[in-house]
Amino acid sequence: MTVVALRPKAQSMPNATPKNVIDVKDLSLVFQTNDGPVNALSNINLAVDGGEFVSFIGPSGCGKTTLLRVIADLEQPTSGAISVNGMTPSEARQKRAYGYVFQAAALYPWRTIGGNISLPLEVMGVPKAERASRIAKNLELVNLAGFEKKFPWQLSGGMQQRASIARALSFDPDMLLMDEPFGALDEIVRDHLNEQLLKLWAKTQKTVIFVTHSIPEAVFLSTKIVVMSPRPGRIHEIIDCNLGTERTLDIRETPEFLEIAHRVREGLRHGHSYDE
Amino acid sequence: MNFIRNSVIPVGTVLLAILALWYAFAIVLNAPFERDQAARANTTISTGQLIANTMAQERPVLPAPHQVAEEIRKTVFDISPTSKRSLVYHGGVTLSSTLLGFGFGTLLGILLAIAIVHSRTLDKSLMPWIITSQTVPILAIAPMIIVVLNAVNITGLLPKAMISTYLSFFPVAVGMVKGLRSPEIMHLDLMRTYNASKAQVFWKLRWPASMPYLFTSMKIAVAISLVGAIVGELPTGAVAGIGARLLAGSYYGQTVQIWAALIAAALMAAILVSLIGLMATLVNRRMGVRP
Repeated sequence: MTVVALRPKAQSMPNATPKNVIDVKDLSLVFQTNDGPVNALSNINLAVDGGEFVSFIGPSGCGKTTLLRVIADLEQPTSGAISVNGMTPSEARQKRAYGYVFQAAALYPWRTIGGNISLPLEVMGVPKAERASRIAKNLELVNLAGFEKKFPWQLSGGMQQRASIARALSFDPDMLLMDEPFGALDEIVRDHLNEQLLKLWAKTQKTVIFVTHSIPEAVFLSTKIVVMSPRPGRIHEIIDCNLGTERTLDIRETPEFLEIAHRVREGLRHGHSYDE
Repeated sequence: MNFIRNSVIPVGTVLLAILALWYAFAIVLNAPFERDQAARANTTISTGQLIANTMAQERPVLPAPHQVAEEIRKTVFDISPTSKRSLVYHGGVTLSSTLLGFGFGTLLGILLAIAIVHSRTLDKSLMPWIITSQTVPILAIAPMIIVVLNAVNITGLLPKAMISTYLSFFPVAVGMVKGLRSPEIMHLDLMRTYNASKAQVFWKLRWPASMPYLFTSMKIAVAISLVGAIVGELPTGAVAGIGARLLAGSYYGQTVQIWAALIAAALMAAILVSLIGLMATLVNRRMGVRP
């Protein structure tokens, strides 16, 4: 359906309302592979307001990570338009508009935890004294105070991922882009980190884009759930999800929670996510 | 205690085995000469006497370990290090050109690797030449190079160091290309999200990630530099250095001297490689490598 055309650079949209932190219009991305073109993203339309917590959910191959990478300017769309903070993703990246959290903690093994959090600050030319105070502040934020001098291998997987969140927050970006950050962790650690992330979000008021393939995780965390489906990667449905700001894990037993989780599951089914 | 169990005992066992083999070969190889002597004098020689004699010849085919040890002791401790008969003097000459060549070679290797990693064109154009460079039998033509350089008045340390450089840049270049390309995609993407410059990506990611590769290649490079320096000393008319010592020994049939020089060279190589290993350990500790 998508015609493979020359790849124009995504246009910035000066007329986008400034309220929308992310604005995606008719965006498509086709990967050229040896087996022919793959429609990774097809006709994506999405608007994200400042301060929202938006989850992308869907099975493997639905393009949720690709969409996140397009927002982060780590992939270039084939067609369509996207603006991030009213700029092109490239400009936004150059202005350091977002902190990115990968599937793995991706800490540099030769740097201490403090050194890893210092990394973006060094790259951005933050003076040494201020670096020290920001490291301390952000370690505090993710409950890792006192671990500054440890090396990554001395920490558990969950602690490493918290350190990588502290690193993403250290330069105080407007946005946090998270690509299945807790996917590799066990469920007990994951529940705990979900609660902590929610508190962090409430405290920092950042816009968070969160890629996941866990329905409870998406419903628990989000204000908006983007249900995606594969082949071609597209948005099937966008579900509003507002369970109040004071959420604890107990909320997952409530009828409201189960109702939204059910809608997400139905959305995934109608998007053929459960087909063989 | 662990050090004894993990290092001293296994290494010591092999060392003892080598010494035993060495003595055995010394007896076997030196025995014909003793038998000839006895036959010429029309006497018979007891086995005990034969074995004792094989270990005390002046120009044995294969000197016994203790003869070599005695020669090393004499030429290292008894003779003033400024004398041309001192092994310390010759070792020093070889060591200085080894280190000079190794230093240049390492630097050249690193610079080439940096250029190759950052430029696709250089990767395509330089890499085949770097590999071809090592197909030239440099050890065979090294004497000619020295002679030619001498003819244009490049003498002394430099020509020998150039042979060492030529040999040692290669492992460093190849190792560092691999090392500088070793960072994971995720680690590189992370730098991109920070909008880091190429220089920042290099100093904060590629360079530290390449350290294990650097030290591994430096160990190979320093050993091969020593070989290059010794070969470079052979054609200079046996003036100075371990190579000269080997050549002079072979002119005059001084096998004990040859073996003393060989063992000295081997010890030097072992010490140089260990020093680089020590450097690697120190750097690893600073970089928080899991012990």
